[in-house]
Amino acid sequence: MSKVERELPTPEAADLIGLTRDLVAAEVAPRAAADEEAGRFPREVFATLGRAGLLGLPYPQEHGGGGQPYEVYLQVIEELAAGWLAVGLGVSVHTLSCFPIAAYGSAEQRARLLPEMVGGELLGAYCLSEPGSGSDAAAMATKAVRRADSYEISGTKAWITHGGIADYHAVFARTDRSAGSPTAEADRPRGARGVSCFHVPGRTAGVAAAPAENKMGMRASTTAQMTFGGALVPVDDLIGGEGDGFRIAMAALDGGRLGIAACAVGLAQAALDAAVAYAGSRRQFGRPVADFQGMRFMLADMATGVAAARALYLSAARRRDAGRPYGTEAAMAKLFASDMAMRVTTDAVQVLGGYGYVTDFPVERYMREAKVLQIVEGTNQIQRVVIGRRLAEARAAAPGGD
Amino acid sequence: MNIVVCVKQVPDTETTRTLKSDDRTLDRAAADGVLNELDEYAVEEALRIKEAHGGEVTVLTMGPDKATDTIRKALSMGADKAVHLTDEALVGSDALQTSYAIQQVLGRTGFDLVVLGSESTDARTGVLAAMLAERLGVPQLSLANKVEIDGSSIRVQRQTDYGYDKVEATLPAVVSVVEKINEPRYPSFKGIMAAKKKPFETLGIADAGIDAAQVGLANAATEVVDFAEAPPRERGQIVKDEGEGGVAAAEFLASKKFI
Repeated sequence: MSKVERELPTPEAADLIGLTRDLVAAEVAPRAAADEEAGRFPREVFATLGRAGLLGLPYPQEHGGGGQPYEVYLQVIEELAAGWLAVGLGVSVHTLSCFPIAAYGSAEQRARLLPEMVGGELLGAYCLSEPGSGSDAAAMATKAVRRADSYEISGTKAWITHGGIADYHAVFARTDRSAGSPTAEADRPRGARGVSCFHVPGRTAGVAAAPAENKMGMRASTTAQMTFGGALVPVDDLIGGEGDGFRIAMAALDGGRLGIAACAVGLAQAALDAAVAYAGSRRQFGRPVADFQGMRFMLADMATGVAAARALYLSAARRRDAGRPYGTEAAMAKLFASDMAMRVTTDAVQVLGGYGYVTDFPVERYMREAKVLQIVEGTNQIQRVVIGRRLAEARAAAPGGD
Repeated sequence: MNIVVCVKQVPDTETTRTLKSDDRTLDRAAADGVLNELDEYAVEEALRIKEAHGGEVTVLTMGPDKATDTIRKALSMGADKAVHLTDEALVGSDALQTSYAIQQVLGRTGFDLVVLGSESTDARTGVLAAMLAERLGVPQLSLANKVEIDGSSIRVQRQTDYGYDKVEATLPAVVSVVEKINEPRYPSFKGIMAAKKKPFETLGIADAGIDAAQVGLANAATEVVDFAEAPPRERGQIVKDEGEGGVAAAEFLASKKFI
């Protein structure tokens, strides 16, 4: 794998990237193809990354995190994803699952729960989507009903990364009136305002995972439905207040989208590296195919796409690190990077020709893996909704606007 | 126990390494510098000895400014402090001069045990540990694949072509290690952050009491007089198996003294 030259803010960030590369080369990349083929979740790889301190990088050091800016954290994700997407994306989802408590939890919750969540031993899951509500997340049906000192959570969550493996879950559920009497027309769900967020340990009674989904790619990453059958969660584990859940979910997703963008760039970089290496060694008509302009232009377009997507996610990350709004930029980065990764991985298969279409080379896997990045953490159509809405708001706010 | 690990920054073996045409020394600026691989095992062994017997691990390197990256890696693995000997006058020093310079620094730090990798991937002379022990007047235990310490005695298994020798000595001593000795740990990010705060001493030759007339390319005892590109690899020999393939393979291995 080529070493991407990176602009890093500190020597320790450079050492962190060096450590990540060492781990990817020795512990992650060598087993990717076999584990993907077998659909085997590499729990021990996450344990290794956890011991190295990579499972809590953007969270405060006082709670056991790495205290790193997103600019640095995301480049670690990119390096991991270049070695194996399932691992890069797994770390991104795990980091996302810590966000509600880190950003919206009480001081008591942060002190009690964050150290072990980010400490490297545990893996988290993020439970927002449902079988019937994906893009329209506010239409969720899972409910949480107050029972004395607990909430009783009932419902089904879908497409849960680490479903059945996770040690804890960030779960979003309705706490509005409809949760008590779902039949009365007057008590219909009040959409986004009726959602709350809970911290639910994996061992909680009533929490169960369905058999893992049989996916097109990222087969080593476990994805499953999670059912909550009257799971009792102490009132102390409500994150934020009742009704804050949707806002928390959306804020978490802004960061999660940057994680997906970084994953997409890493995956595309791996595909580009494989294509460049192959084109340099494959000879036709008496010379390496990389000498032909038709091939070179293709590789040049791929490299430009990767560099542009990297610049876009880093620019959004630096806005976040500076405390400025970055939701629109995160949506743009996720949209652009994942569409780019789909194109670049498809082109990498083309560069390898017949060899690209067989499993002896990794590029067909990269192409299958890229597809999911256009879907998760908000489909690319939802990203356009987010970006377009911002344009409309800006027009309305401008002098003379409507 | 006062343990000093000598480490070296070498050009990454995965990059193209070249000699400079003017003075025939290694072009260190042209390649990424990394911690010499065998030295990682030396650092790991030093840390294990410290963890078992207590004490302190000091990382010592001689090299250009950018060798600080290599020192930071050893510190992030868990070493306690570092000494970096760096001076223009040292450029081009050969193994004999390097052993002198290191001896001078060890005179300042003191030591009960000096641990080194058995060779570096750049010069590959593999003689520094022996020279250093001789200069220091202490026992040398080389090519160790196992180290045991009991009070003031040290026992190692010295790897040989046929197995290993058992070698025993009294501390203080110099040990060089081979890669079979252990599995070096990864640094952790916490280790990386902690490394920033560890004592780090930078010395010039005057600080270390090193005589400028005894170091540097102009005063070296050995000289690279010429060098040439390695010839391209020749095609291997293909033997068709017509019932005698096993015999042919065995004869080939025997001719190379593998069997």
